[in-house]
Amino acid sequence: MAVVGVNGVGKSTFLRTISGVQPALSGKIKIKGENLENISPERLATMISLVLTEQPLSKNLGVAELVALGRQPYTNWIGTLTIEDRKKIKEALALVKIEEIQAKKCYELSDGQLQKVLIARALAQDTPLMILDEPTSHLDMYHKAQVLKLLRDLSLRTQKVVIFATHEINLALQLCDKIILMKPNEVVQDSPQQLIQKGHFESIFPADLIVFDRATESFRIKT
Amino acid sequence: MQTSRTYTTVLFLLLGVTVAVWFLNISLGSVNIPFKDVLAVLFSSEVENDNWHYIIMEYRIPKAFTSVLAGSGLAVSGMLMQTMFRNPLAGPYVLGLSSGASLGVALVLMGATVFGGVAGSFLFSKWGLVIASSLGSLLVLLAVMLASVRLKDTMAILIIGLMFASLTSAVVSVLAYFSPAAQLQQYVFWSYGSVGDLSWNELGVLSFFWFLGIVIALFSIKNLNSLLLGEQYARSLGMNIGRNRALLIISTSFLAGSITAFAGPIAFVGLAVPHLIRQVIPVNDHRILLPAVILGGAILLLLCDTVAQMPGSEYTLPINAITSLVGAPVVIWLLVRKRKFLF
Repeated sequence: MAVVGVNGVGKSTFLRTISGVQPALSGKIKIKGENLENISPERLATMISLVLTEQPLSKNLGVAELVALGRQPYTNWIGTLTIEDRKKIKEALALVKIEEIQAKKCYELSDGQLQKVLIARALAQDTPLMILDEPTSHLDMYHKAQVLKLLRDLSLRTQKVVIFATHEINLALQLCDKIILMKPNEVVQDSPQQLIQKGHFESIFPADLIVFDRATESFRIKT
Repeated sequence: MQTSRTYTTVLFLLLGVTVAVWFLNISLGSVNIPFKDVLAVLFSSEVENDNWHYIIMEYRIPKAFTSVLAGSGLAVSGMLMQTMFRNPLAGPYVLGLSSGASLGVALVLMGATVFGGVAGSFLFSKWGLVIASSLGSLLVLLAVMLASVRLKDTMAILIIGLMFASLTSAVVSVLAYFSPAAQLQQYVFWSYGSVGDLSWNELGVLSFFWFLGIVIALFSIKNLNSLLLGEQYARSLGMNIGRNRALLIISTSFLAGSITAFAGPIAFVGLAVPHLIRQVIPVNDHRILLPAVILGGAILLLLCDTVAQMPGSEYTLPINAITSLVGAPVVIWLLVRKRKFLF
């Protein structure tokens, strides 16, 4: 499920609020009927995992070490990994197909690889819901497609709900089951096909530069 | 992870070095005591020379233990602050602890004359300075914490700590400008730091706070590891940011505050030891980093103290200067040699 919309419309705020990183500006958030405020951070960590952008994380961490930190909500007071934890870490590395780089340090990785490692960490956290804030920024076109395809496969294979904010509307249209489209005055949520048919994409951007082409289901530069 | 046995070996090696340096530290000093007599004092107490017994039991051993506690405590609080702020330049004094202590001591030593007040002889005694230094640290720390309650951003606490440090040092300068030479000298001597003036009782008080600080650090290990990913990830892994921040600040205050109160401001150790350890063993896991930093801090300060007392001579150099003189070249050498800054 993708969250799309123009810069500054509140995609990140929305994701940060539903993941409990920041308090709600107004209204209430419920997870399975429970108020988000009433869920302790420890329990929330077993329900939602996050992939964020531009965090000051230690680049000196090894890949396996970083993924292992995803098990923190389940480990004892000093963070000892059990056999179960090690199994989950191995699974996460395998699902994201990064076993061959697990001995590397984070500063040796490309942006695309690092993004996969962060996704593997979220997988190791083993939560029904995974939230990603712009997982494809800084990546080239190929790796953008690769990461989003990976998210699609993961949600199908692991039955997780994956919500991510993105500016890659063209890619999201091809890969997502549902899209949350945020506009300054309204928020619509539907399947990509429905949104296209109802003409929602025509109005997101000012029409002077790019237009939505229904035939190819993508945005084009106006000529 | 697969090399955890290597890390255990390194830790035992560090422990061995610590013990060796401890023995080196107590066997060298201005009075030349043969090593076998040092051992005799320690293990049987039958020595031909009573003075030697006194020197070792009442001076050198308390001093060596003070070095161990001060070195390890400062190093641990430096590590806590570096991880908490995700900033390699953070040290034990970023919260304004040493500037607060300096202000307290400066007010007692120099303020009395400046304001024409009558200071009892108690104020100038060792305990008077310890209390003044603790109160000063506590006041500045409380001010920094009050200011930080309003802030969500941890980095802002760092800036506020620095601001308080420059405020207090300005007050100290003004006091120094108006105070007579004798008091000024006394203040300067305090600011050199000293690990040699502690009695067994004072050492007991210091160990108590050291122990509290280390225990809190021990129980923060898991959260410290989460913090390697940054605060927002740490929160999403179930960490309570506010409570953890408070615990780390309390631990640092116990460690660095009590050490500054008894031994004066000792620079460098807290900032450098965590970096030295990371350069020697490239490890992030605080389960290994914490014991390694404790031992590393103890080794560095024991060594510096051994150098400071200039074996065989009557002079003792200021420990605060020696830590930087010995330590800084080592850090520079390690950074240049590895060409990679590991943080």
